[in-house]
Amino acid sequence: MIISVASGKGGTGKTTISVNMALALGAGVELLDCDVEEPNAHLFLKPVIERSERVEVPVPLVDLKKCTFCRKCSDICRFNALAVVGKKVLVFQELCHSCGGCMAVCPEGAITETGRELGTVNFGARGDIRFINGQLRVGEAMSPPLIKRVRAEADLQLITIIDAPPGTSCPVIAAMNGADFILMVTEPTPFGLHDLKLAVEAVRLLGIPCGLVINRADIGDRKVFDYAESEKLPVLLTIPFDRRIAVAYSQGKNIVDEFPEWRERFGDLFRKIEAIIKDRGEAVSCAK
Amino acid sequence: MKVAVTSKGTLLDSEIDPRFGRAPYILIVDTDTLDFEVVDNSSNANAFKGAGIQAATMVSDKGAEVLMTGYCGPKAFATLEAAGVKVVDDITGKVRDAVKTIKEGKVIYAAGANKEAHW
Repeated sequence: MIISVASGKGGTGKTTISVNMALALGAGVELLDCDVEEPNAHLFLKPVIERSERVEVPVPLVDLKKCTFCRKCSDICRFNALAVVGKKVLVFQELCHSCGGCMAVCPEGAITETGRELGTVNFGARGDIRFINGQLRVGEAMSPPLIKRVRAEADLQLITIIDAPPGTSCPVIAAMNGADFILMVTEPTPFGLHDLKLAVEAVRLLGIPCGLVINRADIGDRKVFDYAESEKLPVLLTIPFDRRIAVAYSQGKNIVDEFPEWRERFGDLFRKIEAIIKDRGEAVSCAK
Repeated sequence: MKVAVTSKGTLLDSEIDPRFGRAPYILIVDTDTLDFEVVDNSSNANAFKGAGIQAATMVSDKGAEVLMTGYCGPKAFATLEAAGVKVVDDITGKVRDAVKTIKEGKVIYAAGANKEAHW
């Protein structure tokens, strides 16, 4: 079972929700921090990291001894990662999307693959909670291949909680695609609502069921609640704007550890999600 | 000598477009005769990525020895450098004025890009 925690707007509490839900479950669960541009779940889960692997993507390497400067490689590249000028071939590795097209069309077999470092994937655990995160190399702009790599390490026997990046672009899609449920974390502010709408549109395109957590639920206005009602999005948990929670967060402490009543609430959150996924599964099997 | 100048229009009296890769037109001007060829850069102007690289390849293919423009990014500059095309950046005014300054030798060639890469 894969639950992806997303938001649209940044800073709404994706990591807080992901970590606390994992802690509330305690075992049989793994947390994948796919916010690879700025992973921070480890600051709260405090896992022991056991090993790290370097992640590379393939990029072209041109053998000028074989090259006839025919430009078939640069013509096929949609991202202009190759330029042929005079008797030179320039490769702009950071533009390459690793499709292999240039290598396939080269009539001289002059193109082979070399690797470009994207970042690292780190493996660890806190107690019985398995933990993996991706860390994008500083200066790197292309995160989806690293996110996919982190997700490829998921253990299908476990409940997988994905801490997704903010926004609605390719990295977020990479962190949501194929999930059984998307948990949207939002806040009742105009900005929170605006970005939530965009994120919900993206989720609907993916055809994945989705529900909301409304954080700092007693600030702002009621428009997020009205939107949830009109769109038939279940509000699965509300968290008040509570100074004690903010203080705990600022010290790297977790809600479920500090306030025992919240352990049950986060457990309930998971059980509601589980029920929705199960209902949906039954609805689909009935439809067949 | 042929000079490539980024332009907002199709005439020698058109305004210089400060952008290189995404300028609507690039004029390839013969500095001796003032004959020129208009290159419609619109397909490149809408390129998904690497507009500067494409434009640089085109300028080289047209036989220009110098590019005159407002801003030139690092990938375009690297491509022009590989092709042996010199760059005069930070220019404004009309295409005709740019051609005049280079004829009079009153230009300083850029040593590198004067704009950061786009993402």
